[in-house]
Amino acid sequence: MKAISNLLSSRMGPVIAGIFIGSLAVILVILGNPGNMGICAACFVRDTSGALGLHRAAAVQYIRPEIIGFLLGSFVAALTFKEFKPRAGSSPVIRFFLGFFAMIGALVFLGCPWRAILRLSAGDLNAIVGIIGLVAGIYVGILFLKNGFSLGRNQSANKFSGLIMPAVMTVLLILLVLSPKFGRDATQQPIGPIFISTTGPGSMYAPLIFSLLVGLIVGFLAQRTRFCTVGAFRDVLLIKDFHLFNGLLAFFVSALIFNFIFGKINIGFANQPIAHSDGIWNFLGMSLSGLAYTLAGGCPGRQIFLSGEGDGDASIFVLGMFIGAAFSHNFNLASSPAGASIYGPYAVIAGLAFCLIIGIFMKDKR
Amino acid sequence: MSETKRIDVRGLSCPQPVLCVQKELQNSEIKTLEVLVDTGTSRENIRRFATNMGCRVQIEEEGDQTVIKIER
Repeated sequence: MKAISNLLSSRMGPVIAGIFIGSLAVILVILGNPGNMGICAACFVRDTSGALGLHRAAAVQYIRPEIIGFLLGSFVAALTFKEFKPRAGSSPVIRFFLGFFAMIGALVFLGCPWRAILRLSAGDLNAIVGIIGLVAGIYVGILFLKNGFSLGRNQSANKFSGLIMPAVMTVLLILLVLSPKFGRDATQQPIGPIFISTTGPGSMYAPLIFSLLVGLIVGFLAQRTRFCTVGAFRDVLLIKDFHLFNGLLAFFVSALIFNFIFGKINIGFANQPIAHSDGIWNFLGMSLSGLAYTLAGGCPGRQIFLSGEGDGDASIFVLGMFIGAAFSHNFNLASSPAGASIYGPYAVIAGLAFCLIIGIFMKDKR
Repeated sequence: MSETKRIDVRGLSCPQPVLCVQKELQNSEIKTLEVLVDTGTSRENIRRFATNMGCRVQIEEEGDQTVIKIER
């Protein structure tokens, strides 16, 4: 156990995690997940939000076991290696809105940084525009960090507060397995929630057990290796450290190889699964996400893994993502394969303004 | 020239602990820097950063706290 732990903490750690994540993500698509969406922290939180009825976009509603596995896998790893340390109190409301706007940006692009890499590995060239936007957002975040930006320190918290998110994920798993229908229509017939899409991306999913297992493995590995797609770019630009970037590269290459093996590569901009070619909003949507993730200290996956370690501030960010997803669909902000929606661009501009103000004015008081 | 300084980076989000260390190491007066950390992530990141800077790094447990000693 100790040898495995040492290996995962070593320079090889993120590379090992990347190889697992890239290959398992493609296998999830083969087993039923939507195209180029084997794993997507943003899309899967959005689907889960829809399954609970927080939004009513009928095509994207399903409690994704991968998200549950991410958090519980990280929780188990943190407990096993004595890193479960409940903590909270670093600008929670700001973190909520960083999660909220990060999600809005992600749903304008149609994916989180993980999915951007997966889309690129399958030949979707729109992802390049998104990744350039992501890096631009991260770069702006770095300028703020260099200028003393800080959301302040957290404090250690009661053990119980760190158990809330693992408990929430367990409840979500029970709701998924039982799929009860709480709502009633006008004729008293049971309808959701829990909603499960019958058409569209929400209706496409790998077998529950497999998705959950992949989530648990990824959560465990990511907690040990600190795998972070935003940290990968940030550390290269900020301190010329390629530790996390090597993991990102391994993630891309293993997904590329598996997409090639399974004949899933289709190079081009047009007709890509669950994607659009509106370059400006692919760029700006991901810029908003990249900036918000950088200000919060990590990518959406990392925020979920930190929640499993008991980080209450990361948990607030994740809850902000759930509500951001609900607003994205209720307020017609999320893009469709046809392109950006009517109101999405305004929300991206509002989000960028929010992040810039936070970046400029939030400094460590010490 | 033999100055020892202790800084506390507990409770800070990534990548601020490493940035605090970077800032201190740019100060040529400091010979030994002691960094108080509270997470495994900070410990590994700071150790890697200081090692890459050519410093000698030692990690010590003080009760329930971890102190990284960086010497150059």
